[in-house]
Parts: sequence; C-alpha cells; structure tokens
Amino acid sequence: MSDAIKIYPSKPEKVYFYATCLVDMFYPDAGMAGIQLLEREGIEVIFPEHQTCCGQPAYSSGFNDQAREVILPQLKMFPEDYPIVVPSGSCGGMMRQHYPELFAGTPQQSQAEAVAKRTWELTDFLLQVCQIKLEDKGQPIKVAMHTSCSARREMGVAEVGPKLLGQLDQVELVEQARPAECCGFGGTFAVRHAEISGAMVQDKAEAIRDAGAEHFVTTDCGCLMNIAGYAEKQKMPMQGQHILSFLWERLQAEGKAPENAGGGQ
Amino acid sequence: MSSQAEAVQEFHPRVHDALENPQIRSNFRKAMDGLMTKRSAAFDDWDLEALRDLGAAVRLRALSRLPELLEELEANLQKQGVKVHWAETGDQACEIVRDICHARAAKKVIKGKSMVSEEMELNHYLEEAGIEALESDLGEYLVQLAEETPSHIIMPAIHKNTDEISELMHAKTGTNRSKDVDYLTASARQQLREKFMQADVGVSGVNFAVAETGTLCLVENEGNGRLTTTTPSCHIAVTGIEKVVEKLEDVTPLLALLTRSATGQHITTYFNMISSPRKAEEKDGPEEVHLVLVDSGRSKIYQDEELLDTLRCIRCGACMNHCPVYTRVGGHAYGTTYPGPIGKILMPHLLGLEKTQDLLSASTLCGACGEVCPVKIPIPKLLQRLRKEAVDGDSLRPSVVAGHGIKRRKLELLAWKGWALMHARPGLYRFSTRWMARLRGLMPGKLGGWTDYRTPPRLAGKTLQQQLQERQQQKTGGQS
Repeated sequence: MSDAIKIYPSKPEKVYFYATCLVDMFYPDAGMAGIQLLEREGIEVIFPEHQTCCGQPAYSSGFNDQAREVILPQLKMFPEDYPIVVPSGSCGGMMRQHYPELFAGTPQQSQAEAVAKRTWELTDFLLQVCQIKLEDKGQPIKVAMHTSCSARREMGVAEVGPKLLGQLDQVELVEQARPAECCGFGGTFAVRHAEISGAMVQDKAEAIRDAGAEHFVTTDCGCLMNIAGYAEKQKMPMQGQHILSFLWERLQAEGKAPENAGGGQ
Repeated sequence: MSSQAEAVQEFHPRVHDALENPQIRSNFRKAMDGLMTKRSAAFDDWDLEALRDLGAAVRLRALSRLPELLEELEANLQKQGVKVHWAETGDQACEIVRDICHARAAKKVIKGKSMVSEEMELNHYLEEAGIEALESDLGEYLVQLAEETPSHIIMPAIHKNTDEISELMHAKTGTNRSKDVDYLTASARQQLREKFMQADVGVSGVNFAVAETGTLCLVENEGNGRLTTTTPSCHIAVTGIEKVVEKLEDVTPLLALLTRSATGQHITTYFNMISSPRKAEEKDGPEEVHLVLVDSGRSKIYQDEELLDTLRCIRCGACMNHCPVYTRVGGHAYGTTYPGPIGKILMPHLLGLEKTQDLLSASTLCGACGEVCPVKIPIPKLLQRLRKEAVDGDSLRPSVVAGHGIKRRKLELLAWKGWALMHARPGLYRFSTRWMARLRGLMPGKLGGWTDYRTPPRLAGKTLQQQLQERQQQKTGGQS
C-alpha cells in the first residue's frame, strides 16, 4: 500500500508524542514506556496536551466529515518542524497515509501533508532514527510478535519489532504460523462482523500459543485488546503486551514496572 | 440478476452457516494456504514490484484510451471476419447469444470458463430458451452438477474436497466413488469429450483482447478452452469491455502476472490466441466467431477517476486467496458472482449499493489484497471510498455510485456526531476520559459481539494524560 520510500530524519533533539486514544485510555503504560524510551535516547518529548484521537474510527466507517472535524484541531498541535512519533501503526498509518487524501483540495491540505510527512511509528523511529541499543535485564522468555496490518503495510515496519526483540539476549522470538495474517480486529469490524472477527482472532491466538510463546507483543493496542481479550476469555496461558511496554520492562532491573504504570493490563 | 441480489442480502446468515461448517472452513484454509505458498514461490526469481508496476502501467494505459481501443478492436476483428456485438446489460448479452444460437438452430452449447457469463447468468437464460448449456471447465462442470455457483473466480469448486466431489459425481453421473483425483478427472474428461463433439456452439470468455491485432487471448489449463473454441462450428466469446489492451506486447507482462498470481504457475498448459474464423485453407476451427462486449455497469465505473482503478483487474483471484475474511467464510457467503475483495469493490457497481451494503463493512482493511494485486489496484482505498458513498459521509465530495446514502442511518450518524463532538474538543475529551477512568468499574461486562469471544476492554485507572500531568507536577515540585 505504501509505495513511498521512507527518508528518515537525523536524530532530533525534540519530538512530538501523539499517544492515540487507545493508549491514553486503555494502555497508558505503553505510552509512558514509549516516552521513557525516547528520553533514554536523550530526546525531549513534547506531549501536545490537546490531543484526542487521530480520526480513524469515523474515517474507516465512511464518515469523513466527522473525521475531519476531529482531525482539524489535531493538525494545529504540531507547529514546530519536529518529528511526530506515534505508538501505533494504525493511527500512524491514518496520519501518514490518509490525512493528505482527506484534506486534499481543502485549506488544510499543506498542513495535513506536513503532518503526514513527519509522522513516524515509534518502534521504527527508535530503531532507525535513534539507532537504539537495548540491554536485556530480564529472565529468559519465549515471545511471539504480532505486527499489526497497518504497521506492516501502511508504515512498512514489519522488520522492526523482530530486530528490536533480537537485541534482547534473554528473549527468544518464536515463529508463529501465518505471521502476516490479520488478527481480526479492524475497529468497528469486530462488532459489525463479530463472528468473522471471532474466527480470525481464534486462529491468531492459537497460532501464537502453538508457537510455544508464553508472551506476545504487538505494535498496536487494537490487536492487543483483541488477541489478549480472546486469550483471557479462553483461559489460554499467555500474556500480551504492547511492544513498548515490554521493551521498557526488559531494560529495568527485575520486577520494576514503568514509571507511574496505571493498570492498563 | 434477481436470485443474486437476494443472495447478497442474506450475507450474515450465510457467514454464520459457513463459519459453523468445519468442512468449508478446512477446505478453504487448506486451499488458500496452498495458493499463497505457490504464488510466493512463483515470483521467487522475479523483481515482483517492477513487474507489478509494469502490469499496472499497461492496464492504466489501456483504460486511459478505452473507447478508442474498443473501436480499434472492433474494426480489426471485423476485418478478420469476427462479428462484434455490444451489450449494455447482462440480459442484452444473453439475448445476443440466444439469437446467434437460434439463427444456427443450435440446441447444444458447450462452455469454457467465463466469469462474465456467470455474471450474466447465461446458463439459466439459455435453458429457458430451450438451449442446453454445459460447462466444460472441470470446476465449473462440478459446480453445475451440484447446481451451485462458483465459490472462487479461478477455482469454482474449491469449496469441495475430493470426497465431496467423488460423491457428487457418483450421484449425478454414476461414476464409481474414488479418492483418486486422476480417476475422477479422467471420468469427467470422458463424459465431456462426447459433449464437445455434439455441441453446436462453443461459448468462452476472454482474458485479454488486443486492439492493435484484433486478437482474443484465452488462458487455461485443461484444454477445454481450446476444444470449446475450435470444435463446434460457431464460437461466441463474451467479455467485459475493460479487458482490452493496446498491443500484443502488453499481454506478456499481464500473462506473467496472471498465471503466477492465480495458481502459482509460470505458464498455463494452454494459451489460445483467436483472431478469425476458419480460413479457406485451414482444416479446423469454427465457421463463425462472435465477440460480445458487455458493459453491465462498467462504463459508469469508468467515468470516475478514482473508481476507474477497479477496471484494471485481470481476474487472477490473488486478492481472495490472501483475504483473511474470504479464507474464513468462502466464496458462497458473499452471494455475488465475484466474491472476496475484488467482489466487494466491483459488485456494488453491478448490483447497486443497496444490495451490497453488508459486504462493504466485512473487511478489516488489513491490506493483504492490495499488497498482492498484480496490477496494484488500491483495493482497501476503493473499499473505503464505497463505505463513504454508502453513508454519504463526505460533504466535500458528493457521492456518485448508484444507491449511495443507503447506509446513512440516523442512529449511526448521531453516534458519529457525538463522537466528533467529544474528540474535537480537547477539554471535553479530557473531562470525559478522566471520568470514564474513575468510573471504570461500571463498564458493562457484555459489549455486543465483542464479548462473545473476548473479555471486555479494561480502562486504565488513570489516563496517560493524567499520569503525565502528575509526573510533570512531581518534577516541578522538585521531587526528582
């Protein structure tokens, strides 16, 4: 889907952090971990306090007018030329790929294009721009990785998660069947077509379990909520986490949770 | 079209039945896994992206000159003795085929594989006109025996496994039951061979129609296409108007992409190029060749700059082979001639949005289809466009597709307006999310279809914004 070649910026002094509504409300630990990973790289993290939602739920349901209404104030939150980092392939994809389409021919076209160009999925940014180096302080663990479809296809970061996990000595990344297949979340799809979504998440969770993983990590909170919610309901013996929460935890001495972690799990 | 239109409206019950049927689930899963593996291996030694770019460019170039190319195709075919007919609707196309049959007093038609004839429901039409139409593609033959419709555009009987096929052939043709695929195939071949000899007219589809040379290209594996187009004294090719390409050399990349994307083959067993009826010095071939060019909504798609991309399709089926939804529910659940991702973006134009509205939301927009499309049709983007049309969701860009606005329901619109109200006002958002976090214990334990399969989502005790605020206060308070 994304044909554009990515041209990474050089490592900046400051970034804008766009948390996304799912991280804000359901997985703040992932947001906090992302911020601390950036700060560890010596980057000042600016959190525009007026941020809400990237507009994707309305947009993917066809309600472009309502999406634009929500996006308009978001476009104004990034006045300086700093990169905008997002702990989500899905919201990142919305901003990078779809903002320009949505605002084409409107007075906000150039603003939307500028935001799109500066938007980066956070793990991609940590690996490619910050050239992050991770030292593993955790116990040995078998982990499966689910890269969200938008992270994989819209943001082109399928290789990033495995590379980051590969830096962790005690983490064994296990191979699951059909890693590129969708987990069945799809936003409102999971409710509108609950049965199909249920069949898809069943296969995904079983593939992760059958790979022998005790733990799985994802780039996106939608997938996380979906797969972990299914695994929990089915009492499958595996835990899910946003990859940023996981990476941050592995950098800490045993048992130390991210700063201020509020019970998103 | 009526049977098809009704079928689409029963999408949800069909999905339910398919998901509850372990045989359907496993037949499709196994078949699609196999096709994905084969496709990927077939492109191993190719620069796939460059080839897809070339394929897309060839199709776009042809579409940019579609009206002229169709006229050029017609003129060249006529010069070579092929009769060309134009049909605005599927029914008109059926009438043309029927009239040709009647003029030749033809009673028996043998058919090669043609999705356009499925779209027209030609078999049904001919039967009513007293003409027997027999499918000769093995998959189509089985589907016809079972009185079903194809569940896949390339492999029509992919929903059946060997045991089911054996049972079907035993019941309908008296073939001995067998698990031996070669035996079953040979038996079908024997039965069909006689029919080829008896047929008065052969009907086929077209994969590419070359304007410059007046050539109809037909891609197939079983040889039934060649028999259909050479054995009977009259050959009628039916195709959509979008199948035309400019030059013969345009066929090369498209053929390379088609066979690899469809079945993972480097080349099919047969590739037929038809440009005229039998010439005086020739020993075989039909006396008469006809081409029926079917519009059936395509010229309307052509009028929209964005939707036009739908017409690039070369009907390889890779989008359905890679679709996680199609893999789960199979082709029949869609209730449309073309199932899967391409069906979702094409059928609304053929049947209207009213009849196809449930198909539009049945996608996670995962993008697997767009990633493998050999001519780079931006399928998710077009699906998104149709979702917007279905709810008339964009006041800046008025809807154009027939039946637009059909899903604009008051309650849903109200919900999105409420959503926009909260998320376009940061203060209100912060206020609401903090209260939601505080009152998270009151969240319902059941949330529609979500909690049929999963535990409910859990709100964090404090939003990230709250946590960051406290962190800031701690820092400025001099604690760290």
